[in-house]
Amino acid sequence: MNTEMQKRAPLCEALEKFKKKRVVPFDVPGHKRGRGNPELTQLLGQQCVGIDVNSMKPLDNLCNPVSVIAEAEELMADAFGAAHAFLMVGGTTSAVQAMVLSVCKAGEKIIVPRNVHKSVINALIICGAIPVYVKLKIHSVIGVALGMEVEALREAIRENPDAKAVLINNPTYYGICSDLKALTALAHEHGLKVLCDEAHGTQLYFAEGLPVAGMKAGVDMAAISMHKSGGSLTQSSVLLLGENADPAYVRQIINLVQTTSASYLLLASLDLSRRNLALRGRESFAKVIEMSEYARKEINEIGDYYAYGRELIDGSSVYDFDVTKLCIFTKPIGLTGIEVYDLLRDEYDIQMEFGDIGTIMAYISIGDRMQDIERLVGALSDIRRLYKKDKEELSYVDSVIPKVICSPQESFYAPKETLPIQETAGRVCGESVMCYPPGIPILSPGEKITEEIIGHILYAREKGCSLQGMADPTADHLQVLEGVHA
Amino acid sequence: MKNNSEIWFSDSQTEGASLNIRVTNQLYHAVSEFQEIDVFQSESFGKFLVLDGEVIFSEADEFIYNEMVVHVPMAVHPNVKKVLIIGGGDGGVASGFTAYSEIEHIDVVEPDEQMVDVCKKFFPDTTKGFGDERVEVSYQDGLRFVRSRENEYDIIINDATDPFGHAEGLFTKEFYGSCFKALKSDGIMVYQHGSPFFDDEESIFRSMHRKVYRTFPISRVYQAHIPTCSSGYWTFGFASKKYHPIEDFDPERWSARNIETWYYTPQMHGASFMLPQYVVDILHEEEGKKK
Repeated sequence: MNTEMQKRAPLCEALEKFKKKRVVPFDVPGHKRGRGNPELTQLLGQQCVGIDVNSMKPLDNLCNPVSVIAEAEELMADAFGAAHAFLMVGGTTSAVQAMVLSVCKAGEKIIVPRNVHKSVINALIICGAIPVYVKLKIHSVIGVALGMEVEALREAIRENPDAKAVLINNPTYYGICSDLKALTALAHEHGLKVLCDEAHGTQLYFAEGLPVAGMKAGVDMAAISMHKSGGSLTQSSVLLLGENADPAYVRQIINLVQTTSASYLLLASLDLSRRNLALRGRESFAKVIEMSEYARKEINEIGDYYAYGRELIDGSSVYDFDVTKLCIFTKPIGLTGIEVYDLLRDEYDIQMEFGDIGTIMAYISIGDRMQDIERLVGALSDIRRLYKKDKEELSYVDSVIPKVICSPQESFYAPKETLPIQETAGRVCGESVMCYPPGIPILSPGEKITEEIIGHILYAREKGCSLQGMADPTADHLQVLEGVHA
Repeated sequence: MKNNSEIWFSDSQTEGASLNIRVTNQLYHAVSEFQEIDVFQSESFGKFLVLDGEVIFSEADEFIYNEMVVHVPMAVHPNVKKVLIIGGGDGGVASGFTAYSEIEHIDVVEPDEQMVDVCKKFFPDTTKGFGDERVEVSYQDGLRFVRSRENEYDIIINDATDPFGHAEGLFTKEFYGSCFKALKSDGIMVYQHGSPFFDDEESIFRSMHRKVYRTFPISRVYQAHIPTCSSGYWTFGFASKKYHPIEDFDPERWSARNIETWYYTPQMHGASFMLPQYVVDILHEEEGKKK
């Protein structure tokens, strides 16, 4: 990384320069620096609406960057140690979809872990590729899906020698990392491209003592949620390419679905966040690690709660652990994660990142303060004092990998019928069912429904998890493929 | 010779009203790890301490605050051995408690060591309690300190005044819950309840009462006139596991101690719990009682 160059922010400098010129706007956006929408200006501020401008010569164009955006992308690549970087404005979802669409076409296979984000499944619906799921172990205590094991990938490649690529989460939402170097080496040995979903991994590139980052492990592409731990505005993201990916082809893929009116607010936030991370990321994340580890220790001292960390590392299914992820297992106080999540928000004015059946997660980032960590620990302690219940057996079925009967695309477009959920066992699912957050599919289009899966959906619903993706939001009914019995 | 230049310190209480004090001198200014600290000299209020732009206390009126925080619970609880003061960096409350010989230990928890040093330097009278051997100062977060304590204190004072600054955590349900746990089965918590007069502050006043009312079996509010506080009208919360602030009040026992005061009297004790109708209405609403 070139520290001297990283002090620049070409996109922001261009915006500042443009503002000073006081150019008369006879182009879009029609609010014309906010004058046409005073209420919006009042809400967001003149500073903000004043730089909500359109692509133009001095500000470059995201669809085909040649000047300041190109420079910003070069600096981004340099900061992350990548061969090329794309600034993305459609969320990390768009970065993940660009990765998938770049490596596989209709009918081709891509190896993915079951806990992929819905953006991956959606990419498969768009391009018609077929997922091959890698079995993941489930942790016996905390009940979450663990990392992709090298042997499991080897088996998947042996059974599917025609697979084109493998996608790996680094880390998972819960902070769990796989042996990325070994997986990448194995995949490359068999001619597979390696895609890395690093939606929760920005910090891996800048902090000391965290698991290895995708580009360093030699992956071909990585999707980075700058807006999560990197500090940029919501919806801004980055796609990184390694040495062997073709930036011109990837650019074409991105432009298939990307807006032609990219927001300069998002782009500028990426430019500034990159500079900030490059210059101060190491110290900032050292503080984040310190806060997370402190909170983990204090929460574990309360009793019952289990804020897990590096002790999960077993060299295989948990090859490494990202300690900035503060996940707390709540089952021992007799409450589900979602119940504690709701109590924290409704009774203590604390908003967590997510609560699922067994876990709550606090997203610790460069914007957090020690006093807020104290509030979280204090509130968890108070919840235990006031709301602790007898242990209830919480069950998990995250381990269930449904059988893929048809491709996600084929089943998405196939004729469907709607049945009461209890009558759908043995049928092929025509829609997605996921627990959100963390956005892991319980069922995806084309998968066989079983009694066990129905039980899990009903249990998650009873416990108040947010079920999404179905036409019937109550999950009383499911859409299945018409006339298909698996 | 007449000095025509005037410097006024302005403490804005709401967007449209402020307290202005003419200062003769600024004695101190610094930004600590937690807050901006200023000390000014004035004719009307003597020296006064300002944190993040808000007057915390002045030499002229701090006695009102300190006496009402210390003597009200001490005249109710019959057997106080151990006291915890959270956010008591100026030492005024701790000094007040040292007048009671039966108290064996006083913990003062204050995150900002620099603030304590400033008070020791400019307000030696206020901080004299820190010299008492029963007083122990811990420099750490109040929420953290109290979290691990159980069944330990007879009285807890929450001395923090600003619900939006670094002490935000001391106005939360988790804090009140932790205090409940840290108190003995007949313990009392007294806390800053703010001023209900201006609309901006009324919502904080409401949420504090709502949280404490649900945490403690007895939860009452009392008042005092403190000129440098917002609108000059200040209230305190009296939260208790067993003793009622009026029914268990023992004026004879307290008077027999012959403690010298300038604001608090046994008559004032009872009167301070008699609140204006609009305040009573607010409290009732938060208790879920119909007007």
